[in-house]
Amino acid sequence: MIASTLPATDLETGHRLDFLLVADMVEPGSRVLDIGCGDGSLLAILRDRRGVDGRGIEISREGVNACLAKGLPVIQGDADTDLADYPDDAFDYVILSQTIQATRQPRVVLEHLLRIGRRAIVSFPNFGHWRVRFDLGVRGRMPMTENLPYSWYDTPNIHFCTIRDFVELCREVGAQMEKAVALNAGGQPIRVTLPWWVWNLLGDQGVFLLKRR
Amino acid sequence: MRFGAHEPLMMDSGIALAPWQIAYQTYGTLNADRSNAVLICHALTGDQHVANDNPVTGKPGWWLTMVGPGKPVDTNRFFVICANVIGGCMGTTGPASTDPATGRPYALDFPVVTIRDMVRAQAALIDKLGIESLFCVVGGSMGGMQVLQWAVSYSTRVFAALPIATAARHSAQNIAFHEVGRQAVMADPEWRGGRYLTEGTRPSKGLAVARMGAHITYLSEMALHRKFGRNFQDRSAPTFSFDADFQIESYLRYQGISFVERFDANSYLYVTRAMDYFDIAAEHGGSLAKAFKGSATRFCLISFTSDWLFPTSDSRAIVHALNAAAASVGFVEVESDKGHDAFLLEEPEMFAAVRGFIDAAARVRGIA
Repeated sequence: MIASTLPATDLETGHRLDFLLVADMVEPGSRVLDIGCGDGSLLAILRDRRGVDGRGIEISREGVNACLAKGLPVIQGDADTDLADYPDDAFDYVILSQTIQATRQPRVVLEHLLRIGRRAIVSFPNFGHWRVRFDLGVRGRMPMTENLPYSWYDTPNIHFCTIRDFVELCREVGAQMEKAVALNAGGQPIRVTLPWWVWNLLGDQGVFLLKRR
Repeated sequence: MRFGAHEPLMMDSGIALAPWQIAYQTYGTLNADRSNAVLICHALTGDQHVANDNPVTGKPGWWLTMVGPGKPVDTNRFFVICANVIGGCMGTTGPASTDPATGRPYALDFPVVTIRDMVRAQAALIDKLGIESLFCVVGGSMGGMQVLQWAVSYSTRVFAALPIATAARHSAQNIAFHEVGRQAVMADPEWRGGRYLTEGTRPSKGLAVARMGAHITYLSEMALHRKFGRNFQDRSAPTFSFDADFQIESYLRYQGISFVERFDANSYLYVTRAMDYFDIAAEHGGSLAKAFKGSATRFCLISFTSDWLFPTSDSRAIVHALNAAAASVGFVEVESDKGHDAFLLEEPEMFAAVRGFIDAAARVRGIA
């Protein structure tokens, strides 16, 4: 299987498709905190397309500098340690994009998300995807795919979950799922309504819009 | 800029200082909108000569890496102002200035100065220059304290704020270091209860010791080790004396001696005191977040990994308060082994952050 680090992008704008999908979930003009915001691409989309007042937390210095250069207010920090400092209901949305699997305490982080934001948007690579299962089940190897390009020994992703695992976690922390979308490997939403087990097999990523119950 | 008897500086101590003056330098040109003014705030022993040769020492400006044509604070685009702080000794009224009441230097009759007094004096200068709002206020260490005070006292007049390697309050450890320095000055018999200018003496030894002690706090153990190690100075073995056997001793002695040539001992007492008194939260019921409530200023904070005088935790405390106040804030911790001094040195990561933040803010402000 070929490992690639290039996510699927919109041909016209060059924006990542999963970012555009997340952006569509955000009400225009709202206050947003993007945790693990990287180089600020999603925050820039939110600001430019949705008129969002966005803030970010990013662990890498290069990422923070790239954000500052885009005029985005981003602070260097760690989702595992810094979220406790944010007051309740500080944001309309808290976004955790492709980051939850890299946190030490995903459950604690998710609970903070639901506390800090009125809504939370979480996207993550689905470890239940059929290719992952194929790698593990048939080839007997740790999976490497477009979304998971790392070897087992140098991956920052330490807490993988499947879409069904995540649904179960949402139930445990009392999060209400307002929207749930599975994206295929091309970054396109799987439109049709399918049972969870099918999404869990075909979805390359899961994107969830959550609300505190 | 001179302020006459009818334009007193109202100080935190309750004293109205008049007449008084503030010495400043400017670089670049104020645009037609008067929207491109950048105020640089200097640190404890700095001065207004941020980007030109210092007339007293003959050395280049103290922040040439940051301020100048094409630099992160680009004097081709911005009108840059830097003023000597009140209580200083480079042309702004301070303890070495003549007290009009006596005709002699103020010495310890000069009112105790605060960071807020320094900022008030700068605001008076900015008023006189006809500038309503500053595009950006930038400063490191004590300069960063002034930046924070600007953002709190005159939030509507500060579009962007860049406090570097600083804190919202001076720590007990830092007050302790300052007290050692002040006691060294006052223990010098030449200090004469502060009246050394009138009596024709100079507390050079005391001030040099103060500087030597303070200088150590600006560096880091790593930087000292890298630069000096245990190397001997012009000798290959210890002399079994109290001569400056080690390079680090020789270096510190030089730092002390060269400092007394350019700095007034009483100014050192006053300006260190101003830093000790600094505590923004205390002015707002103990809540730093309250101090920044409703601020529309864009903030960017920078700290350095090896700075133990103003550690990253100090900057983070400010960032958390700004977040709690829903202010716009960026923050980056620069990896450096150069200690507190790093903000004055060649630190590409810092330049990248400053350049990115200022350029983006200038776009929003509509500065060409």
